[in-house]
Amino acid sequence: MVLLQRPHILLLLIGTHQFLQCWIAFGSVNEEGQKQEEFSEELLLKPLPDHKLLAHFHFQSSGPPSTSNGCHHHLFPKAISQLVQKFRIKEMELSFTKGRWNYESWGGFDPLSSSNAKPPGVELWAVFDVPQHHIDASWKNLTHTLSGLFCASINFLESTATYSTPEWSFPPASGNVRYGTLPCEAVCTENLTPWLKLLPCRDKAGIALLLDRPSLYRGFYHSQQLHLTSTGSSSEGIDSGIILEQTLTVVLQPNSEMAIEVHASEKHIQPSWSLSSIFGKQVSGRCVLAKPSSVYLLLDRGLSAANGLTSENFWSNPSFELSANPDRIFLEESSSHSKSLSILYMFQVEKYCESEPFDIGLMWKVPVAWLCQQTPLHASRFLMGSGNERAAIAISLKSTQFTEGFMSANSKDGSCELRVDVFQVVPWYVKVYFHSLRVFVDQQPRAVSDIIEKIHVSPSKDKMSPGVMEVVLKLPCRVNTAALTIEFDKGFLRIDEYLPDANQGFDIPSAIISFPNFHASMVFLEDDSLNKSPLLSKFQEKCPVMSYTEVLLVPLTTPDFSMPYNVITITCTVFALYFGSLLNVLQRRVAEEERFLKAKAAKKTGRLPLLLSKLSAKLRGSGINQN
Amino acid sequence: MEKVKKKIGSFSFWNWVTASIIFRLILIYFPKNLNLSSRPEVSTPLTSFRRLAEGYWLKQSFMSPYAGSMYHGSPLLLSLLGPLTINRIEGQPNHLLYSLVSVIADVVSAMLIRATGQNLRLAYLRSLESLDLVKQIEVSGDIAALIYLCNPFTIVACVGLSTSPIENMAVILCLYGACSRLIPLAAFGWVIATHLSLYSAILIIPVIFLLGCGPDSPPRKLFLQRHQQKEVLNQSKLPPRFSWGPVIHFAFWAFLWSVYVLVLCGISLKQFGGLWEMFKSTYGFILTVEDLSPNIGVLWYFFAEVFEFFRNFFLIVFHVNILFMILPLAIRLRHRPCYLAFVYVAICSMLKSYPSVGDSALYLGLLGWFVNELADMQFSLFLFCGYVGVSLLSPVMHNLWIWRGTGNANFYFATAMVYACLQIVLVVEGVSAMLNHDRKLRNLITGKPQDAKS
Repeated sequence: MVLLQRPHILLLLIGTHQFLQCWIAFGSVNEEGQKQEEFSEELLLKPLPDHKLLAHFHFQSSGPPSTSNGCHHHLFPKAISQLVQKFRIKEMELSFTKGRWNYESWGGFDPLSSSNAKPPGVELWAVFDVPQHHIDASWKNLTHTLSGLFCASINFLESTATYSTPEWSFPPASGNVRYGTLPCEAVCTENLTPWLKLLPCRDKAGIALLLDRPSLYRGFYHSQQLHLTSTGSSSEGIDSGIILEQTLTVVLQPNSEMAIEVHASEKHIQPSWSLSSIFGKQVSGRCVLAKPSSVYLLLDRGLSAANGLTSENFWSNPSFELSANPDRIFLEESSSHSKSLSILYMFQVEKYCESEPFDIGLMWKVPVAWLCQQTPLHASRFLMGSGNERAAIAISLKSTQFTEGFMSANSKDGSCELRVDVFQVVPWYVKVYFHSLRVFVDQQPRAVSDIIEKIHVSPSKDKMSPGVMEVVLKLPCRVNTAALTIEFDKGFLRIDEYLPDANQGFDIPSAIISFPNFHASMVFLEDDSLNKSPLLSKFQEKCPVMSYTEVLLVPLTTPDFSMPYNVITITCTVFALYFGSLLNVLQRRVAEEERFLKAKAAKKTGRLPLLLSKLSAKLRGSGINQN
Repeated sequence: MEKVKKKIGSFSFWNWVTASIIFRLILIYFPKNLNLSSRPEVSTPLTSFRRLAEGYWLKQSFMSPYAGSMYHGSPLLLSLLGPLTINRIEGQPNHLLYSLVSVIADVVSAMLIRATGQNLRLAYLRSLESLDLVKQIEVSGDIAALIYLCNPFTIVACVGLSTSPIENMAVILCLYGACSRLIPLAAFGWVIATHLSLYSAILIIPVIFLLGCGPDSPPRKLFLQRHQQKEVLNQSKLPPRFSWGPVIHFAFWAFLWSVYVLVLCGISLKQFGGLWEMFKSTYGFILTVEDLSPNIGVLWYFFAEVFEFFRNFFLIVFHVNILFMILPLAIRLRHRPCYLAFVYVAICSMLKSYPSVGDSALYLGLLGWFVNELADMQFSLFLFCGYVGVSLLSPVMHNLWIWRGTGNANFYFATAMVYACLQIVLVVEGVSAMLNHDRKLRNLITGKPQDAKS
């Protein structure tokens, strides 16, 4: 029996083994299949309360580890992967922004605004995966590379006086992060073209076709971002995959001609728009390389509440009319502190082609008014004082309606606290006196130690490093207004350190106000296709709520730029005068001079010469003789 | 100026002292110190009260006071005066305690000036006596002390909460110690003065002369001539020869005090950058003229305008300008060490990188010691008017440039230039008058008829 059974067992074993092998092989195939380079293009449209339209383009390319396919890429831009490999970037974000995000009317508490509202100019931060003492060198090289890649003066961030090392108040906090901004950088199409070059279809096909330069730059706000994440750690020898997210957020004013035609009498009606009317173009099919290629229309909570849309009746929309039928409608998962839900209409671009281009329009039938979700506190920053010697920066926080509702819902016991992180970088020529920090809560001065839980300061060094202030404020929930003021002296620069337009003034970069206890996320009801969409999965991530304050323009005193030669010569003359006359006095022998004068006087008789000699003696200042 | 001095001298000394103290206290009680503490004439990056407070704040929050480019003073000042920047008494002005310290420093300085002046006057009388010249001379100590106390510059520096009253006190302490032959005190004054502001280091030369051959007297040659005429050589009436004993004693004490000061600084900066950081951000800051904020000197605008390429060259030139004059002055004025000290102080306050009116107050006060010798000085009225004019015009120009924006930097720089010229004239004429005075004494002794009348 035993002998008979053995071959069976053997066969069984072999069979199992083969099956396992097959299974493993299949698995590996599957794994490699997952690691294909992918590209997705998405566009999200969102009507804003103040008659404007937000368009958010989101392109995501992911590159698998380079060991699997060498240095070659099918879709992923090679320049970016080389950049990541060379400088060992863990995470990086570069944004070019024109205009200021209007937190009051465009909202600040949704993932869209908290990750796409950026300070004007260029903002760059990067987390490196290199030892501490190499970070600065990597940063410098990175700024130069990016500067070349994006045709921008990012290389000005190279000098240590322009970038800083946030310790903990900057959200992607870690010791290896470097943060720098160029508030005065002008952003234009020359920065967009290299950015588009990173897309596999550029702007020749797919959603990127909509990126019509004149209509983009006509907008109120324009922010072009590049976000890099390299997954896994490359320091351990495992090469990492890279995810490149390119987003472009624009706030546009739709032409309201259509609305006027229909409802000429009604002034407050939202302007109707269509893709072709705002961008002047239509989408003639997807970029063939893009896997999900879709357009979304987002009606945020306030709007859907104003429309009376609930989870039951969101198919029937009484106040507006869509020109194309959505392929899918998502409803936001109900959250704790909001009754109304956001609604997302999805349109798949795959279905459209050259002959039948995709165009979506929204026609408002009745006027609606709603409010976007605000940040807990509305932050603004301004300068105090006059004159060019000293001034003060004030950061004021004002509570919004949102806070009131939220606080009343959340604070069961009276002692609830609102945590606010303030991250402020000031250039070195703004010489901040940190001891002059004052805190006002509800317009009453308060002791700094009562309100400020934690403060980290790294004072500025002249021409070496900027001043960084990181403050954690613990405010009572019922706070109406809070303000931080800090005094500073305006520095005086050398003439060659002034910018070409010196009288315009210098910019103080935006302060970052973040609310670490609040997270903006938008979770849509679970669906299979949702996981495929990078944009929606990004919405699901919990991102901290933060807002940027205004850029401050500080006028600095200027010296006279035409004067260097005059100043040098006059000063040197005065010094020569001092040196010469003092030396002259010290080595003078008055006795000899007197003798000489007397001899002269003896020779010459007559009144005039005598008078002259007396006069000259007087002028020479030989006092004794005259007395 | 002389006339003013004489008028002051005729009044009771103590009345004037009290009046000046009361005047200071009244000014202190004005709201916000009349904004004097932020005037560029009063607070330079080295002496500014706000920077001291910032340094103290940084130190209190466990950071090096020299982190950042705010504080450039001594760590000892931080330990002594720092707590006064935040201590407040209810119902009193914010910085009352600190102001009181400044007032006390001013009064102490004035008293030391008075004592030194009396010392000098005695020495002067003794030397005149030994030369058989009798002359009515002024009580120079009182005059100098009153000039120091009632000088608007001193008052402004005191009420403006700058640290210059303390620095001035250290310098005066050094001279007082050397005049009264209190060698440890002189060494202490010198070390502290050098520690607080680098330029006081050159005072070591007059101090050595003071200790070596006593306070100011006419040249030794004169005494020899006089005694040759009389054909009796009375050694006791001769001024003493240069003796090395006290100088070595002074060197020893100076070394001791500097080690002491350095150890104290080292202790207070132990957990931060240590002494090297201190030297870099105090002396290094003075020598490299990094801060270009306007002051009453000329270097700020010069270095704001000069081409980067030549910066180092001119830094060397301007600092060597001070050093170059040390030797010629020391040779010609070696018999008058106190006057030499005055000239050095005046030159330093003219050429230093961050001058303030506090420095001018010091040398103007010391000038009072020599009212007898400098009675024949030329241009004294012109200088007086010039000082008044500049101190009125300079704030106006600063206001026009910084606050109103109607003037430009050249306006303010012009007043700084005029001020520098005035100081140059003062120094040059002062030195010339002192040399003439010695010459006059010689002529009196050798009995030249044409000079006897003077």
